[in-house]
Order: sequence, then C-alpha cells, then structure tokens
Amino acid sequence: MSTQATTETKPTPPPIETVKIKVDGREFDVPKMTPDWQGKLQPTTMLQACQVAGIDVPHYCYHPKLPIAGNCRMCLVEFGTPAMGPDRKPVLNPDGTPKIIKSVLPYEPSSPRGAIACASPISPGMELYPSSEATKQMREGILESLLINHPLDCPICDQAGECKLQEYSVDYGKSASRFVEEKVHKPKQVDLGPRIMLDDERCILCTRCIRFTKDIVGDDKLGIVNRGSYNTIASYPGTKFENNYTLNTVDICPVGALTSKDFRFKMRVWFLKETKSLCTSCGTGCNTIIGSRENVMYRYEPRENDAVNSTWMCDYGRLNYKWINREDRLTQVQGSKLKVQTWANAIQYISEILLRAAAGSVAIVASARQTNEELYLLKKLAAKFNAITDSVPRVGEGDRLLLDPDRNPNSTGSRLIGIAPEKMGSSLPKIADGIRGGSIKTLIVFGEDVTKHGITAELLSQLEHLIVSDILPSATTAAAHYFLPGCAHVEKRGSFVNVKGRVQRFMQALQPKGDARPEWEFLHELVINVTGQNGFVSIEGLFNEMAKEVPAFHGVTWAGLGDAGVTVQI
Amino acid sequence: MPEQYRLILKNIDQPGYTPDLECYLRHGGYESLKKAIALQPKDLPDGKKQSAQEQIRDDVKASGLRGRGGAGFSAGMKWSFVDRKSGKPIYLICNADESEPGTFKDRQIIHKDPHQLIEGMIISCFANDVKLAYLYIRGEFPAGAKLLNQALAEARAKNFLGKNILGTGYDLEIYVHRGAGAYICGEETGLIESLEGKRAYPRIKPPYFPAILGLYMSPTIVNNVETLCHVKHIIDMGGAAYSKLGTPNNTGTRIVSLSGQVKKPGYYEIEVGKVTIGELIYHSNFGGGLLDGRKLKAVIPGGSSAKVFKAGEKFKLKKKNADGTMTEVETDMLDLPYDFDSLQAAGSMSGSSAIIVMDDSVDVVEVLANLGEFYAHESCGQCTPCREGSLWMSKALHRMTHGHGRKQDADYLVNIAQNIQGRTICAFGEACSWPVLSFVKKFKDEFEAKGAADEARNAGAGPK
Repeated sequence: MSTQATTETKPTPPPIETVKIKVDGREFDVPKMTPDWQGKLQPTTMLQACQVAGIDVPHYCYHPKLPIAGNCRMCLVEFGTPAMGPDRKPVLNPDGTPKIIKSVLPYEPSSPRGAIACASPISPGMELYPSSEATKQMREGILESLLINHPLDCPICDQAGECKLQEYSVDYGKSASRFVEEKVHKPKQVDLGPRIMLDDERCILCTRCIRFTKDIVGDDKLGIVNRGSYNTIASYPGTKFENNYTLNTVDICPVGALTSKDFRFKMRVWFLKETKSLCTSCGTGCNTIIGSRENVMYRYEPRENDAVNSTWMCDYGRLNYKWINREDRLTQVQGSKLKVQTWANAIQYISEILLRAAAGSVAIVASARQTNEELYLLKKLAAKFNAITDSVPRVGEGDRLLLDPDRNPNSTGSRLIGIAPEKMGSSLPKIADGIRGGSIKTLIVFGEDVTKHGITAELLSQLEHLIVSDILPSATTAAAHYFLPGCAHVEKRGSFVNVKGRVQRFMQALQPKGDARPEWEFLHELVINVTGQNGFVSIEGLFNEMAKEVPAFHGVTWAGLGDAGVTVQI
Repeated sequence: MPEQYRLILKNIDQPGYTPDLECYLRHGGYESLKKAIALQPKDLPDGKKQSAQEQIRDDVKASGLRGRGGAGFSAGMKWSFVDRKSGKPIYLICNADESEPGTFKDRQIIHKDPHQLIEGMIISCFANDVKLAYLYIRGEFPAGAKLLNQALAEARAKNFLGKNILGTGYDLEIYVHRGAGAYICGEETGLIESLEGKRAYPRIKPPYFPAILGLYMSPTIVNNVETLCHVKHIIDMGGAAYSKLGTPNNTGTRIVSLSGQVKKPGYYEIEVGKVTIGELIYHSNFGGGLLDGRKLKAVIPGGSSAKVFKAGEKFKLKKKNADGTMTEVETDMLDLPYDFDSLQAAGSMSGSSAIIVMDDSVDVVEVLANLGEFYAHESCGQCTPCREGSLWMSKALHRMTHGHGRKQDADYLVNIAQNIQGRTICAFGEACSWPVLSFVKKFKDEFEAKGAADEARNAGAGPK
C-alpha cells in the first residue's frame, strides 16, 4: 500500500486489515472484514473479494441488502486453499510457491467442488477461480436447472430487458435445451396483493421477496408452500401481501415472477429513459430513477443511497406520480387581469406591481414542495418588501422504515432558507389578518391552495393583486389575477433538503408541458426586475450563490452534491 | 461363525421384556446414569482437574463411537466442536426422524426399549452441560411418540429427569417433538429449523454449524437414536473396552436393517466390521439367503441413498500388513466387511446401515424410478440443483418405465445427477444423485437396452 501524504487537519484512518488472495491467478489485497447487509463488519466473502478484484460473480438469491440465503447456487466458484503440513505450516511447491489444494468432491477427488461465493469467507492464501472451466460448468448446470421448468415467455414478460435469467443465460448458459420432459405447471396471474401480481412459473424461488418483507419490512407475510420442484411462493393463507413496501419485491425479483400491477404491460423497459430523481411524497427524500419515454412518465424505481433509503422506497411514494400526467394540468399563462396571456406580458405586469408595492404590503405563501432554488429566489423578493412568508405543513402517518410524517419534500429547506417559520404554517393566520385588515394588498402563492388553509376565497377577492403559480387547478388558481404555469419536479432540476438535513439534487426527466416553465427561471427574471440583483442563469450557479448566502449550505456546491447528496447541520 | 452381538438389542424381543420403567429397572436400567453422575473430578498429571463431564466426553472419544445416523462422523469429535464459551445454552437433540428408505432400526429401540434411549440421552446431556433436550421423532411414528412421552413421564417421576436429578443438583428436561412428515427433517439443520417451527430448509454451512449456531442460534448437538444408546454402554463398559468391540476405527456394534429379497429380512446387531455383506445376506444367523431359485443382482448397502453394489463387483481394498505396509487385496462385494471404512473404500457407504437386497427378478430401471420418485417427492426445494434435478431425473425415469425410453437416457441421467452432487446446501444432493449415478453406471447395458427397445417400438408410431 502506498503511504499518502496526510495533512494535519485529517487524521490518518486506522489501517484496514487485509488478506492476500488470488483471483484468477492475480494477487489482491482484500479487506479482511466487509460490511454485511446490516452494515456490520463480517469476514469478507468470496463474492465481495471478487468485487474488489473487479470480477462479477453471477447470483440470484444474494442481495447486498438482504440476509444471505445461499439457495440459488449460481455463485458457486471453484477455489483452492494452501496445503498445510502436519506442523500447521504451509507446504511449498519445489519452486517455493505455496502448494494449493483445490476443492474437490470428498468421494470423487477428480471432480472440482465449488463453494457459494455469497456465503463463504475468504482465508489467507486462498485462490478463487471464478473464470475456470469447472466454475463455468457449474454455472451452466445451475442455469439449465433454472430454465427447464421456466415458461420462456420473454416476449410477453415485463421483466424482459432487465431479467437476470436472460442476462446470465447469454453470459453463462447453453444455447440449446435437452429437456424433453413436461414442465412443471404452477399458478399464473396470482393476485398476491393490491399492487403485486405473481407468476409462479417464472419464479426461481430465490426467496428475495420473502426475506425482504420479513427482515426489512417486518411483515412476515410471504412464504413457500408445497415441496421440491412444486415449491410456490404464496402469501399467508387467506391474506394479501399489502404492506406499504410491496413494490420493492418487484425491483428485487431477479426474474419476471413479481410484477407491478401499475406498470405491467405498459412499456418495454428498454425504451425507458432513466433519470436520477427524488421522491417528493414525504420528507425522507428517497432517491429514485424515473422511467420515461416520449415525455411520458411510466414508473419510479428506488435508487440506492445508504444515507437515505438504502435501496428501497414505499409504495405510496412510488405510485404518487399520476398527477404529473393529469389532463387538467395548467399549462397556459393566464389570469383575470392579464389581457395578453404571454410570459413576457405577465412578467412585465407582475414586475411593475411589485416595483410599486410598499414595504409590508406583500405576503408570500411558498410551498414546501418547492426546490431550495425557488424558495431562495422567493426569499429575495420577500426581503425587498419585508414580506410575511410561510409554507403549508402537510402531515400524515409515518412508519419506522422510510415514510416520514412530514409529507412535504422540502420543509427543511423552507425553514433553512427562511420562508417558513420554525412552526410551519403559523404565519398563515397573520397573512389572513393582513388581508382582512387591508395592510396586505398583494399575495404571491406558489403551489398551494391557500383557501384550504385559512385564506378563504372571500379574502382572496379583497386583494389588489393575486399572483399564483401552480401546476394543477384549485380555488386559488381560479381566483388568480396573474397565473404562471409551473413544473412538476420531473420537469425541472433543483434540490431539496430532507428531514435529516440531507441536501439532494434531482434531474429533469420530462419537458415542461405547454407554456409551463421551471419556476426558478421566471422567478429569476422577477428578481432581476424587482430587486435589480442579477443572479445566475443556470441552476448550478443559482445553487452555489444560495450556498454562499444561506448559512446552512455554506461550503456545499451543486457539483459537490453528486448523486447521493450532502448532509448539512439543521 | 458370524453371529449377532446384541448390545443395544440385548433385552429387545426377549420374552417378557416390556418398554415400561419397572421392567427396565429390573434389567439394570439407569445404573449407567447413576455411575455417570457419581463421577468425581479427577486429578490430571499436569495438576489440573478434569470434571466428570470432561471424563465422559473423553470416554466417548476414546470409544471411537461413530454416528449411527448416516454420515458415520465421530461422536466424540462432534461433541468436542460444541462452543462451550458462548454463554448461550447448549441444546441436545435426539434425531429420531428415521426415514431413510430401508432403515427400521431406531424404531425398534423407541418401541421396545425407550428407556435405554432416554438414559443414553440423559448421560449425553449431563456430559455436555445440556439443560434442555429435544427428542425429534418423525411424524409418521405416532405410537413411538406416545411411548416416549410415557417413558419420559416415568423417568421424571423417579427423578431421573427434571430438577435436581438424583440429588446431584443437575437439572434436565427432555421434550418430544413430532415432525410434520418429511425426509429432509432428518437432515440435522433441517431438523433444527423444523423444531424452531419453520419449514425444514437445511441451513447453509458456513455459517450455521449446529455446534456453534444451532437451535435458536445456540450451540447444539444432534445425535441419532442408536448413537445415544451407545453412550450408555460406553459408560457401562468404559470407552477403552467399548473400542475393542468391532474393528479399529469402526468400533462397537451396529444394528443392520436387512430388507429386500432375502428369506429372513429383519434387524440384526453385529460388531462393526466383523460380519461381511455376504454373510448378512446368506448366513442362517442373518438373512438366510435369497428366495429359492433366485440369483443375486444388486445390493444397496447403506440405505437407499448409498451407491448400489452389483453382484460380482470386485474392489481393490487396501489391507494393512503386520509390518505396517499396505497391500491391495481384490475383494468381492459379498466379502466386504460391513463397516464404515470398507464400504467407503468400495465407493459406497454404510449410511444408516440398511441393506436392501435385490435378486434377478428385479428390473433395475423400475427400482431406480421408484427411488427417483421418492427423492423428487422429498426434495425440500430450497436450492436449485436438487429442486429441479431430482424431479427431472424422476420424470425421465418415469418416461423410461412407461415405454418412452431413449438410448441416450443413460448418459442424460448421469449428467443430470452430476450437476446435482456437491452443489447443494445439504447432503440430499448426494442422496438423490448417488443412486442414479451408481445404478446407471453399473447397469448401463440394461438402461440402454430398455431405451433402444422403446425407440425401436416407437419408431414410426408418431409423437408420444
């Protein structure tokens, strides 16, 4: 190992104990211990060692975030260990190298025997042969076994294109089958739960779904019934598989056995464009991948982030996307006081209103579903008029896994930037009073229907200027004097801060609908017009500017957020 | 003259011998337990003290006792692997899930002399500081379970079991647990899962070695019924004296279940290695020969999963000469001493010591199809090669016995079996592939002839 120059501020981390092993003849120093599925350090397994060596070991039942089952046998790897003499010292070959004894069947010393790489720990001097003929033959045998009773219905299977049976068959399988018996027939189109469909014939019984719901969710609902080749995944008799995390089993199912009722038969996966995004359904901010095609969104999938959501997300968040494709999306610039309904006109009018506005006469209700960048620009406007600002709290029931009681994705950001007071929503009555008393003459509302939060339609009608931006119609948008169509998060870029202070960014998957524009873009124009401060024309620059001004974000950059985000003090 | 040596079976089947405690006590019952628990710590030459428990464990090691369940692993070694420093309780489980086809020895003990087993268990528990033990009996033995429960109640009433056993301060409870009826429950980790109330899926090793992470993730000893009975006799005789029974490395006695086409099928207790397979089949003290007019065709020597021997098969066995050198001796299958090592050297195993004899009236394809069906039915289905392979082999064999064999089926079957053995979680992979590998290899002509005949007959008959 090379010694790195250390600075005084960074203490040297304790050296990691390593073990010397050989993988396919090349020597590697592999950490002696590696975190297991729960993050506890355990002796490094052959599979983890091969990963260090940059060699993929195919596997079905193994999942880094689930307890090890060792049942698929796909990861069998031929191996050898140094021979030990009676004195417990290594036996050497004539050339001085340690003599290696390859693993063989105890009763047939000429036949190599593999070990399952997922569960077998490495030991010093061990040699792994993941590319040997024997290893290949073992994989071939396992794949053949998995396929003999498989229906081979890839053309109508949703998993096709992201199926481990397909992938490994190409990589390690035989092209022809010699199976001449009748296949085992099992239940198809099993209604496992409200969101899950099961095809037992496609199932390879890896038990990932069983272990997930038992050991991750704590809902020991799935199991195996029958015996041997007739084994069948089932939910506990008379019950449905319906906890809030069931759709994760579709993700981890390596084959097409478990499919999402929401997604099945909707789109071939190879057409989907994948975009890194975030779930907006609660304050946890699970990392997601958006699957979209031709500007239509088809699914969310969780994206691994051990600081936030491991590799999971809840069903509630995953299915909460239908509103994006709703027919009644507001996509036109409009408003009762806007005669020429164009962006240029609207921005000019609004800018003039705000330039004329007296201090204290403007209030802003910004949504805690908005991005940090948008909230930061609104805060700039608010500072100009010393405006009261607030957001609308959204509270639901949480659970011990991922779902947070705070159903806003960016309550923390809203507080850190100074839009929402510590008790979010506590300023809303003040705004209502201000309108009632006539001191507040202009109200800016972003993404909320304030009529449901104490600022009634009647109060709205007393305003001189009601400026609203939203994406779906509400009583507030109906009352707007000036309406600016905004974007769903999938249609723009930005960042959120989750309930634990994780600052995370998301990318744009879809083009905005109609005339809609990302809020930060037009807010930026308003800020220039009204305050004279020029910001940055890119989201990167905007974020970095904000990071300089908002104390909690000091030192954070857009680029530095990366895919996994950065945790800040909250 | 080859004779039985009835150690475990000493009282069994004797006129007037009944399975109740009183009868057992009249015949010297529980004296070995009293002897074991009365042992005093012994001074060792190095000044250390050896506890009573350690003395018993040493004695069992010295006896050379090997497990009577199937694997033939040293019982003393098994006990020595137990993690005694974990701070967790140590459990002992008696494996009474006797379900290897051809085997019917343990049930004789359970039904006819249950106290012998219980005494052996109590001594074994005492020797291993076990406070709680289970007697896992297969679900198909309801009468045996009832008898064992009665016997346990009797033992409890006499304070051989329970709190403060015979005033020694040692507490032990034994519970009978009935299995739900599956061959795989006899696999020790499958048994443990089943005992925990789960599906009897064998555990992966590493990390779940019973001696370290067994029942309820605690150190656990799993011993066969007959093995535990032998512990009682080792205490009786002393390990050194016991080790003189049988032959070196194959000590003690063993109950052989003899079945198939012999005149006198039944269970016979022999000194291990002192009687040959031929004697067990032909001698009037044992099987008494084949049915009249029949010729020997094949012998399965150790329960249905053991590799078959073909009549007339010869093996080269290494024999140790007086001066310590080794010579190879050609030995006929019938002249193999019935012990652990000779059968292993001949490529098979004594397994659960069940000998199944087949004469020339037997169609080996039918036999293998029957075995194949059993293993396909009993595969737990946890791991891929066994789950898919066992049924595949069974289906192919069913096809062969139903007029649709092919000449290449012999190789086809061998190849499927080769893809199972050594690749599974538990030894079931071997159990289901060994019969196929041995039958097809040793009787390949018959398999090919059957396939060829079917092909000829079906030619032009159109698709099946």
